[in-house]
Amino acid sequence: MNQHSTNTDPPLLVRDMTVAYDKRPVLWDIDYASPPITRGHGSLTAIVGPNGAGKSTFIKACLGLLPVATGNVRFFGQPLAKARALVGYVPQRESVDWDFPVSVLDVVAMGRYRTLGWLSPVTRAAKAQALDALAHVGIDNLAHRQIGQLSGGQQQRVFIARALAQQARLYFMDEPFAGVDAATEQAIIAVLRSLRDQGVTVLVVHHDLQTVPTYFDHALLLNTRLIATGTIADAFTPTNLQRTYGGRLTLLEQASTALAQNIGPAGVRGQA
Amino acid sequence: MTCTLADAVGSIFWRLDFAPLLAAVLAGALCGLLSGVLVLRRSAMLGDAISHAVLPGLVIAFLLTGTRSVGPMLIGAALAGVLAVGMIEALRRLARVEAGAATGVVFSVFFALGVVLINAYADAIDLDPGCVLYGSLEGLRWPGLNSPSDLLNIETLTNTPRPIATLAATLAVTLVLFAGGFKLLRLWCFDAGLMASLGLRPGLVGGVVIALVAAATVASFEAVGSILVVALLACPGAAARHLTDRFGTHLLLSTLLAVLAAVAGYTLAVWGPGLFGHPHAVSAPGMIAVCSGVILLVCVLGRMVRKKLLALSQRHFA
Repeated sequence: MNQHSTNTDPPLLVRDMTVAYDKRPVLWDIDYASPPITRGHGSLTAIVGPNGAGKSTFIKACLGLLPVATGNVRFFGQPLAKARALVGYVPQRESVDWDFPVSVLDVVAMGRYRTLGWLSPVTRAAKAQALDALAHVGIDNLAHRQIGQLSGGQQQRVFIARALAQQARLYFMDEPFAGVDAATEQAIIAVLRSLRDQGVTVLVVHHDLQTVPTYFDHALLLNTRLIATGTIADAFTPTNLQRTYGGRLTLLEQASTALAQNIGPAGVRGQA
Repeated sequence: MTCTLADAVGSIFWRLDFAPLLAAVLAGALCGLLSGVLVLRRSAMLGDAISHAVLPGLVIAFLLTGTRSVGPMLIGAALAGVLAVGMIEALRRLARVEAGAATGVVFSVFFALGVVLINAYADAIDLDPGCVLYGSLEGLRWPGLNSPSDLLNIETLTNTPRPIATLAATLAVTLVLFAGGFKLLRLWCFDAGLMASLGLRPGLVGGVVIALVAAATVASFEAVGSILVVALLACPGAAARHLTDRFGTHLLLSTLLAVLAAVAGYTLAVWGPGLFGHPHAVSAPGMIAVCSGVILLVCVLGRMVRKKLLALSQRHFA
């Protein structure tokens, strides 16, 4: 852990964040604090909201990849420049060219580049750590394949492994479950849970409202403004979903069915 | 007797062909290496744009200083490049024109301006449009070089033609930067977003690559002309893309294919027409551009044929 952080500093603290494209606000006055680390346990937070609600923008603005109009972001009480080593990022799978001439192991080792510094070549130790991360997501046997030869699910696991190789304390993941097979979905959720149990904070942009209560313990409901945030029991309520999604009934029905089935265990986990 | 004939041919080669061939090979290696990076960044057009946009800068620098030495040329090219990038940004933001369209408009205007300037001042200056567009590769001579042993002679080396010295220096700088920042270059090409989130400054790497492309353009244009630069910044990388699935190999192949195009193109241009009974050689830079296009075509077709054969054999064994 970072020596400067104290127990009172939340892993992620966003104050007053407004982001605009072309003077049209995409995120408006967001104030958010991620759940504190309690007894060595981190948290899994689902970021949900309709298309165009600013979910990816929120992640990118926190990471300094987009300019913010106003606001500031603190990680473990520190500005991004001092906390980079603590923060990991899994971009959307479509954000890169999977025909790129590079091996799986090379991509995962990219997670170590910050530690390696500017000019050092990729060391044997970095490759060993990359292989270890690949083993965590169950595809270390594919280490020497070119990335284009993998299935969509395997490609997503490569991205997760690259984030693991960063050994961060807080992760942003942009739709890691989009278009993956069931086995990959289970493998990723197992990784996320083990991260949480090691005290890591994970924020995930998630589209499948049905699985939110089973996979996550906290939710952040976003539609340009922050609609609600808190434990699943407190924040992921039909009223809040209605306010986030407006009148899209089919989606809301799905969500309420999911809630009816899962509110018990999710609520207990949320308070744990 | 055969011995003396070989000597004679050798002497002709060292006196007439070695310098242009070396310049073509150096320009090929330099542009081919950069081409490998530009193609993977999907910005081969950027090389195109920069190599066009620097032309008015080169001409104005030449008009002001009256010399084709590297310093003023590089400054002129850099200023024109910065101005062009600024105008592209301004068009994009103020006029809300899409980035590709803005790039297209700006670089063709700059290039046209350069050609107009050359023609307008053609009488006053020793810089003719043909030379800028097609280069003057065949005219390149290396004073005092008559045999390979002369290359070890200090006096001959101090007489190294300026285009060759400039190309060699630019290539050396590029090689050092690429070797030192190899992994950063790979990360920048593959995932600039992750690079930024790691705090590793993708903008800096991008700036260095753009500067190297501009420098390569300036270093190459005198010998091989700006049209060949455009071909060499696009074709070799696109061809190598079909041959390998490793980044380092891709850059190496991209460089080697450009060198191959340079050697084959020069050889065909100088000796090819003679084989068919034509007394005059054809333009070497033009032939090199043709060769790089042919290499790209062969690589694309080769990959298609291989895929077809692979599919057929799999069906056969299934």
